[in-house]
Amino acid sequence: MIVSVTAILLCQLLGEALARGLALPAPGPVIGMALMLGLLALRPWLAPTLPREITNGELESASKTILAHLSLLFVPAGVGVVQNLDLIARHGLGLAIALVVSTVLALTTTAFVFSFTSRLLGEAADTNGSPP
Amino acid sequence: MSAPDLALWVYLSRTPLLWLTVTLVVYVIADRASAAANRHPLGNPVLHSIWMLGLLLWLTGTPYRAYFEGAQFVHFMLGPAIVALAISLWETRSQIARAFLPMIAALVAGAIVALTSAVAIAMAFGAPRDVLIAIAPKSVTAGVAESLGGDPALAAVLVILTGVLGAIIVTPLMNGLGLRDWRARGFAAGLASHGIGAARAFQVHPTAGAFAGVAMGLNALFTALIAPFLVRLLLD
Repeated sequence: MIVSVTAILLCQLLGEALARGLALPAPGPVIGMALMLGLLALRPWLAPTLPREITNGELESASKTILAHLSLLFVPAGVGVVQNLDLIARHGLGLAIALVVSTVLALTTTAFVFSFTSRLLGEAADTNGSPP
Repeated sequence: MSAPDLALWVYLSRTPLLWLTVTLVVYVIADRASAAANRHPLGNPVLHSIWMLGLLLWLTGTPYRAYFEGAQFVHFMLGPAIVALAISLWETRSQIARAFLPMIAALVAGAIVALTSAVAIAMAFGAPRDVLIAIAPKSVTAGVAESLGGDPALAAVLVILTGVLGAIIVTPLMNGLGLRDWRARGFAAGLASHGIGAARAFQVHPTAGAFAGVAMGLNALFTALIAPFLVRLLLD
């Protein structure tokens, strides 16, 4: 676990350094994700030099543990919102309607354009398992 | 409260331990309830954790700054979580590569609709300029609104609310529309509702989660690129 977390933090740290140092338009963690993808792509060749935890599936399980509780990570910022709800109230119903309608439109457009284009290209959809 | 009780409270309320622990306890309760409800959309653990914690802070008269002293350790993990997304992208890489064109088409259409519809509707209700700029990047991040001269605090509220809304709406909406493709469902959740939508997608299906992660990243970049242009087009 600790080696995997270290690898993740190292990627993020390098990402932050690169984003700052080279004034890249993407945030540090996103560069860090790209670096991690690079590591995963090169893993078969680097394997003899890497710690065992990176190649034996431990990195995968550590990452999945973090992602399984992605919801938790938004809670502190969300609590800040509860205290600022008066900002919404001040601008009234209009903003609430804009948020709801726009979110429905964005979800619908995105999903329809995706599946339409996919069908146009004759790709198979992934429909395994039933939705909750 | 008696004097010793009060002293204990004053001591605990000043250490990060208290609110870090309370955040985790509340989340565990909300997550268990969500799992027990078979991940029903209305059982969204982010939604229920934030109102319960908001209520606790209000009841104890705790300022957000004091709460965040503890909660920051959880908040910090957002960065590593984005790095960890690499694993899920890597494992679905062949599926993602094959869906390159559908993703680009959906990204362009979805990002433009998300931004323009929000600004246009708020404008129809007579919202002032700084509010219109604040709502523009609601599907992505508050940072974009700040750089364009919108109200950053309001932008942050709108971003979080959009995340929670999308995470709740996406399942019934997609079921209603008859869209069963996990790739399309996940991509829509991540595009319209960033990480909170992606968190929902990961709870529902691994393929949906991976595509939501891609959509979240792509839309963060794409909206940052087009927002200055679209906002000027809509407002001037």
